Amino acid sequence: MPSFEARVEVAHLPGVADPAGATVERALPALGYTNVRSVRIGKTVRLVLEAPDADTARREVEEMCQRLLANPVIEAYDVTVSELARR
Amino acid sequence: MSKRIGVVLFPGTNCEQDVAWAVERLGGVPEILWHGDDTTRGVDAIVVPGGFAHGDYLRTGAIARFSPVMAAVTEFAAAGGPVVGICNGFQVLTEARLLPGALQRNAGLKFLCQTVELRVETTSTPLTSAATRGQVLRIPINHFEGNYVCDARTLDELRAGDRVVVRYVDNPNGSVDDIAGICNETRNVVGLMPHPERASDAILGSADGVVMLRSLLAAA
Repeated sequence: MPSFEARVEVAHLPGVADPAGATVERALPALGYTNVRSVRIGKTVRLVLEAPDADTARREVEEMCQRLLANPVIEAYDVTVSELARR
Repeated sequence: MSKRIGVVLFPGTNCEQDVAWAVERLGGVPEILWHGDDTTRGVDAIVVPGGFAHGDYLRTGAIARFSPVMAAVTEFAAAGGPVVGICNGFQVLTEARLLPGALQRNAGLKFLCQTVELRVETTSTPLTSAATRGQVLRIPINHFEGNYVCDARTLDELRAGDRVVVRYVDNPNGSVDDIAGICNETRNVVGLMPHPERASDAILGSADGVVMLRSLLAAA
């Protein structure tokens, strides 16, 4: 079965306060970067999985996001799937 | 007959002995419920205590939610049994969707360990029935992720339904609407960030948590 790498970006939903992002946003001007308008900090989950095709892989990873990888109450997620070269 | 209070123990929980000690002193019989057992062993009430369940990896409470005991706790709650989540226990109950909203990092990104003042906002919960509305309690907090967030609709529901159980007098962590603790719609599940068990004797600096634990024993 083909293997896929999925990259999941988890970030705060728009409108939900992001304390880490806000702190970095306040710190950057102190280094001279006065042009920074917004900083949001999230996390990345990379996983490798086997699936019959890319659509199935994506569907499964999205289900994992709903159930565990993200908390839909405060977080949004974005899934990118790419097939790994067969050996 | 003495009330049996189940105290859930996940790998990484670290307040179960404190809760058990406080319960015992008030005449209850504490019973540790191991996270890997899918039973609540017929207890009369359940406390999900503080700590770092499953290391709090990914998000606080995110992995704990899938422990076998949580299915039994959910069933117990659905049958109307009193369930109280303290600190990490509150985080676990939100991840398990037994309580709405979520707890994220404190505004200011500081770990907070201090005694705070809480105002009792409702006495119609198993944790506050022996208190009086407006009563101010001095109870310690000890958390990094105690910043309660929820969407506007949930907040409206909490307010309209008299479901904000305790508020901070002086908000230490950025929680929306100064919320320190809430209950579910049927009022038998309560979560709060402060630790009543750590304020259960004058020698600990405050005995204000006793009224909460007494309420729980009465409801059990």
